[in-house]
Formats: sequence, structure tokens, C-alpha cells
Amino acid sequence: MNKTITIDGKTIPFEDGQTIMAAATAADVYIPHLCHHPELSPHGSCKLCTVKVNGRNCSACTFPAAEGQDVLNNTKEINDDRQKITQMLFVEGNHFCPSCEKTGNCQLQAVAYHLNMLDNHFPLFYPKREMDASHPDVMIDHNRCIFCTLCVRASQQHDGKDVFAISGRGINKHLIVNAQSGLLKDTDLDMNDKAAHVCPTGAILIKRTGYQVPIGQRLYDHHEIDQVSLVTENPHHGE
Amino acid sequence: MANKIRVATTSLAGCFGCHMSFLDLDERLLQLAELVEFDRSPITDIEHCTNCDIGLIEGGVCNSENVHVLREFRKNCKILVAVGACAINGGLPAMRNFIPLEECLNEAYLEGIGVENPQIPSDIELPLLLDKVRPIHEVVKIDYFLPGCPPSADVFWKFLTDLLEGREPSLPYDLVHYD
Amino acid sequence: MQVFIENLAASHNYQPTRLMLILRAIQDRYHYIPEPAIRQLAGLLKIPGTQIIGVIEFYSFFHLTPRGQYELLISDSITDHMLGKHNLMAYLSAKLQVAVGAVRSDGLVSLDNMSCSGLCDQGPAGLVNGYALTRLDRPRIDLITDLINQQKPLDKWPGELFQVNDNLIKSGLLLDDPIAPGDALRAAFKRGLQETLAEITQSGLRGRGGAGYTTGWKWHLCYEGPEENAFCDVDAQKQLQRYVICNADEGEPGTFKDRVLLSSYAHQVFEGMTVCAAIVGATEGFLYLRGEYLFLYDKLQAILAERRQADLLGGNILGKGIAFDIEICLGAGAYICGEESALIESLEGKMGIPRNRPPYPVTQGYLGKPTVVNNVETFMAAASIAVNGGNGFANMGTEKSKGTKILSISGDCSQPGIYEYPFGATIQTILNDCGADDVLGVQIGGPSGTFISNQELGRKLAFEDLATGGSFIIFNNSRNILDIVHNFTHFFAHESCGFCTPCRVGTSLLKQQLDKIVDGHGSAGDIVALEELCQLVKSNSHCGLGQTAANPILTTLERYPELYQSQLKKISYEPGFDLDGALETARRMAQRNDAAAHLEQIGEDHE
Repeated sequence: MNKTITIDGKTIPFEDGQTIMAAATAADVYIPHLCHHPELSPHGSCKLCTVKVNGRNCSACTFPAAEGQDVLNNTKEINDDRQKITQMLFVEGNHFCPSCEKTGNCQLQAVAYHLNMLDNHFPLFYPKREMDASHPDVMIDHNRCIFCTLCVRASQQHDGKDVFAISGRGINKHLIVNAQSGLLKDTDLDMNDKAAHVCPTGAILIKRTGYQVPIGQRLYDHHEIDQVSLVTENPHHGE
Repeated sequence: MANKIRVATTSLAGCFGCHMSFLDLDERLLQLAELVEFDRSPITDIEHCTNCDIGLIEGGVCNSENVHVLREFRKNCKILVAVGACAINGGLPAMRNFIPLEECLNEAYLEGIGVENPQIPSDIELPLLLDKVRPIHEVVKIDYFLPGCPPSADVFWKFLTDLLEGREPSLPYDLVHYD
Repeated sequence: MQVFIENLAASHNYQPTRLMLILRAIQDRYHYIPEPAIRQLAGLLKIPGTQIIGVIEFYSFFHLTPRGQYELLISDSITDHMLGKHNLMAYLSAKLQVAVGAVRSDGLVSLDNMSCSGLCDQGPAGLVNGYALTRLDRPRIDLITDLINQQKPLDKWPGELFQVNDNLIKSGLLLDDPIAPGDALRAAFKRGLQETLAEITQSGLRGRGGAGYTTGWKWHLCYEGPEENAFCDVDAQKQLQRYVICNADEGEPGTFKDRVLLSSYAHQVFEGMTVCAAIVGATEGFLYLRGEYLFLYDKLQAILAERRQADLLGGNILGKGIAFDIEICLGAGAYICGEESALIESLEGKMGIPRNRPPYPVTQGYLGKPTVVNNVETFMAAASIAVNGGNGFANMGTEKSKGTKILSISGDCSQPGIYEYPFGATIQTILNDCGADDVLGVQIGGPSGTFISNQELGRKLAFEDLATGGSFIIFNNSRNILDIVHNFTHFFAHESCGFCTPCRVGTSLLKQQLDKIVDGHGSAGDIVALEELCQLVKSNSHCGLGQTAANPILTTLERYPELYQSQLKKISYEPGFDLDGALETARRMAQRNDAAAHLEQIGEDHE
């Protein structure tokens, strides 16, 4: 007999070793997330995937599914918290969507749309952060980094390199690259590396590809992230 | 209709793009004109607003005059609305926040290429710049936010018709944009 | 430098797990970690340079840019403030001619704040090049300034500057009756190891760090190891590497009992660890000593050497064929490393970021192996139970909290220091004993614990009522509660590891929002916003730090709502920043000071 959990009352099968996120995705249930990527080890830091498991808050992307779990996911209370967490990500960095090449294709923005975030709620930090355009093919705009570590993990686990790391503590966290100069050009990053393409925001961009798709015709301009996410992350989507 | 809803609008540190987008309501403006009348607004040239129902603010707060105008709106409008990216998070003008104001002024008025007769303007008629551009919700209380750069005409329409028809304003997914 | 680094790395067998100790040695010698050292180390330890930079930037005591040859850090704990730290710091800064947070232009001295130094009963306190300075006052600062300006080496400084007292005021079950070295091991071997584990379980001993997990269970789970090992044969089970870690990273402001236990009862603590190792089958152990207690390091190493001599550690303990040894690792100024999985990360030579759980350290801890992490006091109690059996312990305390608790008492009382009480003691009893009157309230369990008012002094010390890892800070009626909350809230923002969004951003927002209210810029909606933010951070954060970071606000807001209300202006809204101040640069550059060149903080239109 298959083991199951329930998410918002719906019965979801799972296999031993699956996280709640993996079980949900396989069953076409979307749980908002930014630092999670099905091909990389889970991280559990953005906290957008926080769900209530038998009354207790857990990160769906790291918490193992287990028989008898009653999971709440798509509730007003939880989505309100998710919206505030998204607003935190917006105020701690500098996210000026109108001037960002990633707009319309940005997962941070798309999650915010999905959660119907209309304002920043909190005071903006306006931190002073730099850009690194030294690499011939790839640029980093630190203003938009949300410390999800997807590039760090993709470089280690997928590309077999160690191009990126997160350094610093607390609100002083920042993305660093593995080069004596501290510049991307002196790392072994190649523009075809997964690490160069996995950024959910506009912090890591491929050069000379800007505005090939006009604003208004981009991915999340017409598709909500819950659907996009399931299509890309669940190989058996819609079956 | 006897009592029309009074609407005031202004642009602070903005580009009037939100106002242009508002004008994109096109023929719907005529429908709207039956229900609302405009108080202070670039559309009317009324200089100060008085007893309004709705105030629409475009742009962030970059100087002392912006603060005065914003306060006038807050004082005279029952509902104050942040319209567009700049009002909501400072927008593009806030990208000067990463350069110290002193450097900005030096570059613009003293040391920049092509500056003639270098001097910092000091006429008391001119508003002084704040050290940072701020979203308007950091200066006065804001009741609603309409994101977008600019928000589309449909956003204005949806928001105003919701309010006029007594519904809690809300924006469906396809009207929520930050760009 | 190249030779120094090479030798240093060699002395640590090129083990990346020793990164903390290696970086400590470099920081100590060069007063920062130079870039070439990072590169060289990355090669020698075979780890990315980014990992080394990450660690340097994570821990407060490591620096990428030079600090002074004399690096002075002054403790910023609330107890230091109550002892006059603020004025003292200003005096020190003027006297040394160096700004707080800066290095003097001649590079001789740098000055900065640090989180609680664990010397709350003898503050104001600080560190010079890692060594504790106590009872700072103006004459001592004059002396220190002279010593620095004369460039006297630390070992030529008068010893009394570094004098750390135990201040053991009230002892009980444990402190009255320390065991003789070897007694617990002999008793355990005689009784049988499984039988000794049964005694520890039966004693009802719970972890003394604060969370209160049943110690016997933790050891049992570690012995069992991960689920996939459950079906291994007994020999394979025995082969599995396990670790025992003593958590001596007591960073909770107001706690200092582990310092005293390690200063005067270290044998018993090490013996508790060894008993644990024998029971769970561990051959290696660590004492993770907070960096602030560097002054204990040599003394503890000497005790470990003594124990090896006496066959109480080593390859064949008491001739029973059991091997176990203990290494000491030093922290480097990160409160978060008191969290057990962050501590393990730190021991592995990484940033102290709490792990996702499950798996828990008992099944996958240090290097992924089953690991027991217990508090200093827990191991000490376990050693006592191994000698005396669990009954005496179980007969003390309350239903859910057995035995005694050792408290670090500081703040407004005549006799700050170490006190041991059976669980169930009332707060009033404790206050009477330490000479506290005119009490406004008590912070129990440190900033992450609870602030109780003087209306609640009948409450009890117990996991089921007021749990504490040992911190007990008393405030009299001359103290301002909002100053206390301000200090604690800033502490959490400083110590957040930054891993998860709600804590990384939330603790900074809490700080801002609280400051807005405390500084008198708050209006009606601001307390509601503060409370909402507290709940958000509390319920969504990754670990105990974030989950408790709002406690100082929440516990005082609950008890003193009128205090917060009284800070508010009767207006609907006020900006959280200084409007007129924001015009200062423009005013100066335009050389204006007319009325239009200024802004009122609040619009004239408000009531």
C-alpha cells in the first residue's frame, strides 16, 4: 500500500526519502519556493516554502514526508507570511524591476505576483552593492542577489566547480567568487555552466542576450509561476 | 450625479508616465468623468487640493517640496494611493541613493563635463534635495498601492471602479506588474 | 609568512576541520588574515579560498583587514551597560585616541564592541588580543592605555587585569560534591555501561543548555545510530564512528556558569564526556570552547594531559580496552555556534550555519556521524550520576525537571556569581539569596528567554515554568525596560547568521522598528507593525536564534503595553527617518538656512 500525506486536504502519495516539496511537485501541487531546485540539494533558506505540518512550521523543501502528515500549504495565513518574507527579500536588496533585464522572467518577481504583493510594506534598506561585469560573457549585479545559493550549489554539484560562495554574516551576507582578484573574469566560470543560468533573479545574467524578448512577452507576463514551476519541475506534469 | 467623487493627482519624483498611462483610459475617461471630478491635478491646473476622496500620487520623494505636496494630499484626501514603481519603492530616481548627494551635486553643478559658471543653486524658491529618494509610504501613511512602471490603464480602471462601486479594490494576476 | 603558514597547516595535519584553530593562529600573529595566507591555505588544505573567506567574514574575531597590534574589544552586554560601560567606552576611546570600530593611525591599537564576554559578574569586561579583562574602570583604563602606548607585551601586564574570579556563592548537589578524577569511569565500568546509561535515563537528567532534551535518550539514540544501521550486526555497529561534543560556547548574554565549571570542575566535565563516549562507543570528542574563554585554554589542555597520564583518556582507558580522547576547539565570536548543528559546522571548519533537521546530530552529526552534543553542566551532572546513581538526582527538583540547575546571576544584586538550586526554587528565593531588592524584573534565560516582572516572582525555576540555560539577570527599578529590549534586539541582529530570510532581514527590521518607537518617532500603527513582525520572525525562522529573537519585545510588550504606548505620538504616522537631517547635505552645499530649507518631522496638519 502506498504511503500518503495530505496537503490542504488532498491525499498525496510519497516514497520514503522524498521531501514534502518533492511529493507535492510530483502530485502537481505547487508550493512557492525560490532557493529550491529539484536537481540540486535542498537548502531551506528562503523560507517561502514554509508549510504547516501537523501544526508546526517546516520548510517543505527539506522536511521529509512521513505517513500521517497533515500539511497546510495554500492558506491565507501561510500566504500572508510568504508575502511578507518576499517583501523582506525586496527591501534588503535593490530590486528596480523596470530597469532589470530579468523582469518578466524573474522568479522573485513572479512569486511576488503570485502572492499578489502590491507594495514593499517594510522600509527599504537601499544597501550599497556593486556590479561585476568583468567576465566576457556573464555579469553579476549584487543588488539583486537574494542569497538563495542556487549558483553556489549548481557550480559545485552540477558543473563540478566552486565558482560561487556566500560569505559574511547576518544582514552583511554577500556573494563572492573564487578568484584571488574577487572578480568573475578570473574564475573558471563558463557561460554554459548551469551556475550561470540558475539565478532566480537578475543577479547573474548572460551578456549580449538582453531584451531579445520584449517586456510584456516574457514568461511570467502570461503564465503564473505555480503552473510554470510544475511544468518545469514535474516530469509527469498533468498526467 | 449630485455628489461626484473628487480625485486629485500629482507627480512627485516621477516622469508623468503614470499620468500618461492614466490618460490611456481613452474613451473610458468619459465614463469616469460622469462619476468623478478632478481637483488638484495636471489635468485641471488647480494648485492646491481640498477635501478630496482619492489622491493618486506618482513618484517618490526626492526633495522638500515633494514632502509638502505629499502632506497636503494626505491631509486633504480620504484615500491616498501610491501609483507606480517610484511611489512604491523610489524607482529609478532612487538609483541615485547609492551615490552620496554631495557627489551628485558636485557632478551636476560644479565639476561635471560642460558645466559653465559652476555653482550650487541656492535660490530660496528652489526645493532642497533629500539625501535619499524615498518611497512615499516612508513619509506618510498610504492606503493602497498600484504597482507598475507605469500601471496600465486597466489597473486604474479596475481600482477606481472597485472603489466607486463599493468593493474592496483588488488586482487580478494579469494586472500585477512591476515593470 | 609562507613558512609560518606551511608549518601551521602541517601541525594540523592539513585538516580542513582545523580551519578555526589555524585562522586563530594567523589572526593572533598578524592581527588579520592576509590574502596570500588565504591562497596558501586553500592550497594546503585543499578547500576553495571562498570557504576560508566565508569563515573569516562569518566570525567576529577574524578579519580580512589589519586590526591593531593590541586589539581591544569591550563587552556590550546589558550587564556591562548597567556597570557603566557606555561612559567607560567613551573614556577609553578618548584616552587611546581611537574611534570605536577603528584602528589607530599608527596601527598599534584597535577598539570595538563585542557581544557578551561571559564576565557579567565582574564587568565591565573585555578582551585584549583574545584575553579577558575584568572589572574595567578608569584607573585600569589609564593603566591599559599606558601599557599599550609603551608597547608592553601582554605577558608583562599586571596579572590583576586578567584576574577572573569564580564567585561561587551557593553550591548544591553538584558543586558541593565534586567527584575525584576517575571515580565516574570506575563506577560506570563496575556497574556496567548499559546499566550506567539506565541510571542516567532514570535520573531524569535533561540537557542543561536550555532546550532540555532527555540526556539518556540522546545517548541511547546516538548509540543506536542511524536507522539504516539498525540491522547491522553487533560488531559492525561497534565499528561505526561516533563523536561526543561538549558545548562550551555559552554565548547567551548573562551566562557564565560554564566558565566556572571549566575553570574549577573541568575534570568532572571531561569525565562525563568520557563516560558518555564509553556508553555510546565514541573514540573522539571535542570541547568547543567559546573564543572569549581563551584564558582557559592552556589550563584545560593541561588537565587533558593529566588525564591521559592517568589513563582516564587515551587508547586504553583504565585498562578496559576503551579508547577516547578529547580535542579542544576554540570558537571565534559567533553566538549562533551555541546551536548544536551550527557548532558542528564550525568544528568542521565552516561558517556556523545551523543545519536543516532532520537528520539530527545524534544520527548524523560531526562529519555525518552519530554525535552527542551536550552542555558542560550536563556532562558534569552525568559524571555525578555515574558515581552516585540516578536516584538522588531524580529525588530532587520537580516532576519534569530533575536535579539542580546552576545559575549565573548578574545585574542589580549585592552578590552576583554562581548559584546552584534544585529545580522548583522560586525566583523570589533566589532574589533573596543574592541580595536583590527593589526588583523591577528578571531576565531569565538571557535575551532568548523571558522577561518576568516583579509581579511574577513566585514563579519557579523549571522546564515546565521558567526554563533557563543559566542566565539570570536582575534589574532594579532604576532601569529602563526599553533600554534592555533595545540592547537585546540589537544583539540578535548582530548575531543572526543570515542563512534564512525571516531572521536575516527580520532581525534588522525588528531593530529598526523598535528604535523608531524607542526614539519617539512611533505612531499608533507602529506597535501593531512591530508585533506582526515579531510573530513573523518567530514562526518562520530556521533555528532557535530567529525563533527567539523577538522574545525581548514580545515578553515586555505583553507585560508593559502602556510603556510602549507612552512612547508613541498621537498622530497617525511619522517617518522612520530624520526628515530635516536628510536635507543637511543640500543645505550645506547651497549655503542656506532659511525656513524653506528645513522640514518638520511631522506635518502641521496632524492633530
